[in-house]
Amino acid sequence: MFKTDRYIINIGPQHPSTHGGLHVEAVMDGEEVVDVMVHLGYVHRSVEKIAESRTYPQFIPYAARLDYMATNLPAWGYVGAVEKLTGVAVPERAQYIRVIMGELSRIASHMMFVGSLAIDLAATTGLLYCLRDRERIMDMFEMTSGQRLLSAYMRIGGVSHDLPEEFFPAIRSFLADVPRMLDEYNGLITGNEILQARCSGIGVLDPETAIAYGVTGPNLRASGIGYDLRRADLYGFYDRFDFEVAVAQKGDCLARLLVRLEEIQQSAKIIGQALEQMPEGEILGKVPKVLKPEKGREVYHRIESAKGELGYYLVSDGTEKPARLHVRAPSFINLMVLPVISRGGKLQDIIANIATLDPVLGESDR
Amino acid sequence: MVLIKSPPPAGNDDDVHQLARHNIIVTTLEKLWDWGRARSFWPLNYGCNCCPIELLAASGARYDISRYGYEVFRASPRQADLLLIAGPISLKMAPVVKRVYEQMPSPKWVLAMGNCATSGGPFRDGYSIYPGADALFKVDIYIPGCPPRPEALFHGLLELKKKVEQGDY
Amino acid sequence: MADNDSEATSNQILNAMEGRVQAYPDPHFLGLRIEPADLPGLLLYLRDQAGMNYLANLTATDLKEEFELTYHLYAIPDNGLKMAVKTRVPRDGAQVPSVITLYPTADWQEREVFDLMGIRFIGHPNLVRVLLPDEYEGHPLRKDFKKEG
Repeated sequence: MFKTDRYIINIGPQHPSTHGGLHVEAVMDGEEVVDVMVHLGYVHRSVEKIAESRTYPQFIPYAARLDYMATNLPAWGYVGAVEKLTGVAVPERAQYIRVIMGELSRIASHMMFVGSLAIDLAATTGLLYCLRDRERIMDMFEMTSGQRLLSAYMRIGGVSHDLPEEFFPAIRSFLADVPRMLDEYNGLITGNEILQARCSGIGVLDPETAIAYGVTGPNLRASGIGYDLRRADLYGFYDRFDFEVAVAQKGDCLARLLVRLEEIQQSAKIIGQALEQMPEGEILGKVPKVLKPEKGREVYHRIESAKGELGYYLVSDGTEKPARLHVRAPSFINLMVLPVISRGGKLQDIIANIATLDPVLGESDR
Repeated sequence: MVLIKSPPPAGNDDDVHQLARHNIIVTTLEKLWDWGRARSFWPLNYGCNCCPIELLAASGARYDISRYGYEVFRASPRQADLLLIAGPISLKMAPVVKRVYEQMPSPKWVLAMGNCATSGGPFRDGYSIYPGADALFKVDIYIPGCPPRPEALFHGLLELKKKVEQGDY
Repeated sequence: MADNDSEATSNQILNAMEGRVQAYPDPHFLGLRIEPADLPGLLLYLRDQAGMNYLANLTATDLKEEFELTYHLYAIPDNGLKMAVKTRVPRDGAQVPSVITLYPTADWQEREVFDLMGIRFIGHPNLVRVLLPDEYEGHPLRKDFKKEG
């Protein structure tokens, strides 16, 4: 007697969420989501083509602009790839400084994750707490590299400046405050009844699907697979630090939140150990004036970025500019699983799913 | 007996001017509206890339955009009057921004935040970015920086405030 | 990863694929080269017999005379092996079988290679552009791409 029809609700690309230009079309059958179509490319800046007309050092600021929530991590990945390609050695002190800056970036990214999850679910106050705490990390980046957000601090062979005097009291007081910050987030955001109702049991990603779709990072670890590149594909002295890999079992939105909160704690632990172990010494290794890797050499270097496996595929043609640079962006791959976890849910769950998959559109569109 | 001269009648030009200057404001409605608009821009929730992160930091507790009256970010363009183009405009995004701009009611202003919106920035020689927001719109204020600090954003907003107050749009 | 392990694995794969695959030297990966038509067969073997269930990266390079596609494979949980599979296609009418049925993660990665490099993937259910507008003409990552304006 009655006929129902499906209709499409458009979300984005201009949308009040801080994930940038993500365009999602939800095919609805009443209240239930039947399918989700994801459209990317609204922030496509032709970075891979630009890389072919930049020398190897000139690309470092572009690497930082890929994942702008945690800028030291993609920059570290890129310089690591070039160092693998050319054989440049990095001094010990520089490696420790890279670990400290990389883990600070990871904490900044996860804090922004918690804040933007809160505001996406209409809990605006949560964002203000996270922004306030993140400002301290921005201060530390400004102390060391001169730039708050897009600090191009990494260099091929090391880092650009040594840590200044005022950095150490700042980071020690920040690390001492991390437990208090996490208590605040848990009390205000995680423990909140509404957030629990909107995240618990929502957007469940099972481990086999996650691996088949190439999902990595906290999203994979929230589905019970403890795959962390800081252990599985060693780089940056991570074998010298005692830390746990955060894993949750349920694979729902709440699990993805809890994994990242735990990672903030573990990153703070790593930074504390790095500060103790760091020796005196050089901060930049011996690098030739013009870097010309051997023709035909190629490398695929991957690191554990805040979003997952961030890989750089570099091919050299013997000149000072790469023949090909491809960025394996975790956000691009992770978003593939959005339709899978949203089908059968409600429209508002799509928002929670996007927020907890934590895409950064600068990286996914490059 | 001396005749006391009575004081000169009121209505002397000097007195009227004195009175007006201290107690009466004479203006036009447009000036009044401009005074109000300049102190309460409602920016649209729009941003692509790294610049909106500094915009977000500017609306946080440390930099506090609400002390200027500009914290009311609206999701719908029908309710916004300031289009803060934060970030590059890509080929796919251009029709979206144009449509959103057309949906905003007048008077409306465009502020180009960051190097990408000003001139294409570091991605200018790529194949997918417009060389600046002024390829598509008439831009009122340009804020350079990659990304511009929150203080630079406020400087730009205050310059726009001066412009609007003077009716220069 | 011990050299013996990777050599043993390499020999196993070469035997199983009956000469259709060649090993190539690489300092970091177990390198395998194959013809496009045999690619799905090799990846099926690697996924099911060698445990390489994670396709981390799928990309293409323009080598002027031809295109070269590279597939980077790992195992989750990690088994110590890392493989790079390469295949080459001629420039004109460049096409390769899609591996989306083996690795769903190849979905958008193949679309991206099609979008930016112009290589077609036979068997992909939705081979449309993913980063550039649908009506865009040309494939920008090709070395002979000329930007207009």
